[in-house]
Amino acid sequence: MNSLTTYLLIAAMLFTIGLFGVLRRRSLIAMLISIELMLNAASINFLAFTKFVSPDPATGQIYVLLIMGVAAAEVAIALAIIISLYRWLRTIDIERADRLRG
Amino acid sequence: MKNFAFNVFVIITLIPSFWVALSSNIVHAAFSLFFTFFGVAGLYVLLGADFLGVLQVLVYISGILVLIIFGVMMTQRAQMEHISTRLPGRFAGAVLSVLVFGGFMVAVYKTAWPKLTELPEPVPTTSEIGNLLLGKYLIPFEVASVLLLAVLVGAALIVRQSVRKE
Repeated sequence: MNSLTTYLLIAAMLFTIGLFGVLRRRSLIAMLISIELMLNAASINFLAFTKFVSPDPATGQIYVLLIMGVAAAEVAIALAIIISLYRWLRTIDIERADRLRG
Repeated sequence: MKNFAFNVFVIITLIPSFWVALSSNIVHAAFSLFFTFFGVAGLYVLLGADFLGVLQVLVYISGILVLIIFGVMMTQRAQMEHISTRLPGRFAGAVLSVLVFGGFMVAVYKTAWPKLTELPEPVPTTSEIGNLLLGKYLIPFEVASVLLLAVLVGAALIVRQSVRKE
């Protein structure tokens, strides 16, 4: 039950659900949420490889730590852009927010 | 006992994540994300990453999730999302996702993963992470710090500019 492939399978499912969410959603915030799912799937992969393959137990955890930092930065910037866009266009629907210069 | 915990964490990771992708209400999606993050934190702990499990709860749930919910509230008028019902778009997204998943399955099951002969016992990893971060991985650590500083300044700048234009 607790093998490498099980964890890889879970991470693959999580990533696919996130991908489907990104493709299906039209609201920018909902797409952001789906991207978070994909980042989490990648982190699970790193930790599974660290535990089951790597002889050094902590190296992969550094990568997950960096992913967390980058994810936090990404959400902060993305929300700043989304709120700025919302003030400008009054919408966060990607199909209506298609002007680069208002 | 460990298997039971594993199953519980998998369930509270995967089932709400479907809701995240499918719910037409962004608030529901954000709250489902709470369960998914929590389940992922549990999986981290089962994978022997105790420190990262705690950090997942602290950073993702109390940081990122609160930020996202703030974003949802700030753009509240736009939150009634009409999920695209055009059949070609939905169909293409589903097909692409299934194809990607199939690719993952092939990669996972066709690859001969190297196996450790015996799994080491899980040990507390916090001090090890600290040593690596300030030793071997000092430069990535510093780059991440600079990135966070740049994000702090950039986010403030982006939002401020649009205020000035109004």
